[in-house]
Amino acid sequence: MTYNSECESWHRMQRRQWLSHSMLSIGGLGLTAIAESLARASESPREDRRGQKSRKARSLIVLWLQGGPSQLDTFDPHVGTLIGGDVQSIRTSIPEIEISDSLPLTAEQLHLTTLVRSLVSKEGDHERATYQLKTGWRPDPTIVHPSLGAILCHQTEDNLEIPRHISILNAQWPARGGYLGGQYDAFQVDDPNNRLPNLRRPTSEPRMRVRIDGLKNVVEREFARGRFQDLDILKTQHESATAKALQMMDSQQVAAFDISQEPESKHERFGNSSFGRGCLAAIRLIEQGVRCVEIQLSGWDSHVNNQETQSERCVILDKALSALLQELKDRELLDSTIVVCGGEFGRSPNINGVGGRDHWQHGFSTLLAGGPLRRGYVHGATASKPTSDPAKRLDDVRQPITVQDLHATLLDSLDIDFSQELKTPIGRPLLISEGRVVRELLG
Amino acid sequence: MTPWQENVLLPARQIDQQIAAEIDRVGLTQADTADWRTICRRISLGLVGNSLSLEELRAIEQIDSEHRVEWWTDYLLADSRWSHYFSERFSRAFVGTNEGPFLLFRRRIFQLWIADEFRKGTPYDQIVQRMLAAEGLWTDKPEVNFLTSTIKNGSDGRVDEAVAAGRTSRAFLGMRIDCMQCHDDVLGNVSLGEPGAPKTGTQLDFHQLAAYFSGARVAGPNALAGLRDESHSYQVQLLGDEDETEVKPSVPYSKSLDIRKDGSREALAAWVTSPENKAFSRATVNRVWALLFGKPLIDPVDDIPLNGPFPPALETLADAFAASHFNLRDLVKTIVSTHTFRRDSRLEELPVTAEHESTWATFPLTQLRPDQVAASLNQACRLQMIDDDSSIFSQLERSFTRNDFTKEYGDRGEDEFKAQNVTVPQRLIVMNGKYLRDRIDDNPIANASSQIGFLAIDDEHAVVAAYLATLNRLPTETERTAMVDELAGLRRSARSKGVGDLFWILLNSTEFLWNH
Repeated sequence: MTYNSECESWHRMQRRQWLSHSMLSIGGLGLTAIAESLARASESPREDRRGQKSRKARSLIVLWLQGGPSQLDTFDPHVGTLIGGDVQSIRTSIPEIEISDSLPLTAEQLHLTTLVRSLVSKEGDHERATYQLKTGWRPDPTIVHPSLGAILCHQTEDNLEIPRHISILNAQWPARGGYLGGQYDAFQVDDPNNRLPNLRRPTSEPRMRVRIDGLKNVVEREFARGRFQDLDILKTQHESATAKALQMMDSQQVAAFDISQEPESKHERFGNSSFGRGCLAAIRLIEQGVRCVEIQLSGWDSHVNNQETQSERCVILDKALSALLQELKDRELLDSTIVVCGGEFGRSPNINGVGGRDHWQHGFSTLLAGGPLRRGYVHGATASKPTSDPAKRLDDVRQPITVQDLHATLLDSLDIDFSQELKTPIGRPLLISEGRVVRELLG
Repeated sequence: MTPWQENVLLPARQIDQQIAAEIDRVGLTQADTADWRTICRRISLGLVGNSLSLEELRAIEQIDSEHRVEWWTDYLLADSRWSHYFSERFSRAFVGTNEGPFLLFRRRIFQLWIADEFRKGTPYDQIVQRMLAAEGLWTDKPEVNFLTSTIKNGSDGRVDEAVAAGRTSRAFLGMRIDCMQCHDDVLGNVSLGEPGAPKTGTQLDFHQLAAYFSGARVAGPNALAGLRDESHSYQVQLLGDEDETEVKPSVPYSKSLDIRKDGSREALAAWVTSPENKAFSRATVNRVWALLFGKPLIDPVDDIPLNGPFPPALETLADAFAASHFNLRDLVKTIVSTHTFRRDSRLEELPVTAEHESTWATFPLTQLRPDQVAASLNQACRLQMIDDDSSIFSQLERSFTRNDFTKEYGDRGEDEFKAQNVTVPQRLIVMNGKYLRDRIDDNPIANASSQIGFLAIDDEHAVVAAYLATLNRLPTETERTAMVDELAGLRRSARSKGVGDLFWILLNSTEFLWNH
């Protein structure tokens, strides 16, 4: 039993079965991963859902900057202005574009990215804004929307023995399956230096066999008597989920989480931080076939001592982000992988009385890369002298992009027909996204 | 006729007749009555959120077999575990599960207040009236938190009138009208008006309800006094209009029941909880039914059509609830007294189908919520009941570990009764996780499995005790034979480990992790 095996196409099953039985898959992750890559490479350029050759991506990496990173101290500095603070800027690999000097390594990789400096939303509360950025919808008390990764997994089929949707560093509000169901929730893992949670047998192999045998052949059989004809399929899926859990415990694919298999130089490149290790693991997981990996770097909520807080966070982000982009490119994964780096909102132009910046959803930055997204492009801009009239804040943002339009663009880049209506548990059909594709972001 | 017969037994019998008639109409077979242990387990899961301890089962065995279920229901309804558990469940509907504004919202104070009112037996309509009309400080007047939970950063201390209106309609009236915040009901989901003259819900209906809350604010010179109503003009730009319109408070239907007509929150509270406003009773009984059965009479629990059609049982139960002066304990007793609640979840001759469950011909099989899994695992691995009289260590362990486990397992938030499939990570957590591992390890001081391993006089007694502690039933002959064989020849520590293995098997079963 494997994930979504019942939906697996014959062609893909043939390829996977060949892989699983070939010599390439013997001997641990290294060769398996190579084999997977080779097999996946043979599929490119991919065909989109209309059967045409395309540069649509298959995977997604979300670098989630929880707390609200300051656009002014990261990707949209306004040096020498009243709102600029003490941050300095540096040149980047995109001509005439500068970003904060706290991100020198990222500046060298900026030509690989699309930098959006004009994201706008209506949510200024952490929890609500996080919900909106992760799902593309404002919170609605009658329904929970799925995150981008959950939609991607729902709309695709794979034959993996490990989860296809993963959240690293135990986010406070991890990506959820929402109305698609708990099976699309992100599988949560801690620092990749630590052992994966709950995969190790709690006891010896012989005792485990006794337990599984007693569960399957005695207790479950007795319980099934007089109930649904096919209790597991029609109702509980308890036994099939148990079988999948056991399969995952024994799977060689689990080694994709194990970054100790990467050379020390790679570890140094990504930085000695749990976030950096998460980014390194994300590449291995994407290489293995995982659809979406979210890695969280928290601590951006700088209501006090903004610049100190932001620059300290940037040190961690800079190493990991730049290494991630370069590594994806080196491993020829950037064409098939979308990278999104941002938080739930930005920070205010005004600096408050304790040297902090407050929440700001009226023009903030998000960095995108990979797949069909343009490379070396900067979209939108924010004003250096913002208006004091709250009703005119949009006037301060050139080429504004709403969160729902950002989502529509990302979904389209992942070859997902977001105009589909999905049936929700409350019986109300709902579009995957109500946004429109921002063509300027696509190459 | 005694009050118990009139308020509890009579409506229970009427409900049974209505449901039986529907089962007959569709030509299905009803299940027999389940055994008393299974019924008591359902009651325990519904009222305190966990299965029974071995100690509790032994106590119930001492009661005359005719009266065990009633005794156990009364016992739990007098236990503070019930009021706290129901408070937690109801408060999810009242204030959601978001963190809310840090400075202006105290969830714990709010929940303790509700628990205390439930414990005292305060009529439910009075509790709701106090929330809707609340004024003052959220730390001093816990009911104020119902409204301060909606205040957002940067809103100048104003209650979010749209959120408050949405929660009022969903939690107290069982109606989802939130979509009308932005537009009229174009999908025909919200019918307002009167039974003989239904009308489609409009955006204006929603905002007239929201207008009751538009003046509520924590700010200005009286900030120290907490939440107050200020004079405030509520302006809304309705869809298609170029200009904003001032919207005055007005109830969305049954306007004749709004006696005060002064647009105050007190007037709204009186209208919402009027015994003649049946939506209020329906919303409450549907929620309590869902807590006891694992699924509501009408799904989703807070989306009941105002003018029907209604399934069997709903109207009778709603009428009985209003007639009992909104007595929650009587409502619970009525549901538990029905044959419907006591039916088996399986059939002897035929396989169960989805239709059996939807007509209540069999008790529905529903997955335990994460909090129920955590609490039941905790309880099953201790022979003694864990309650407010337990040691402080046991209580702290119960509280902290339950919260951690629930978070890891996946809290369902406000949508507690939505049917969910078990996930692979959930299976891994129970199969291999620390939570269960610590509770079935060889630990004679704390763990039931070790204590049974050391103290049971023979293997057969050990197997029976393990089944009672975990699944709250006796093993079948097949199970008894198989499990006794596994323990045969094991002594001391090895026997404890063998019983630990047995606990692992039982606690990982569908039967333990589902209500049935």
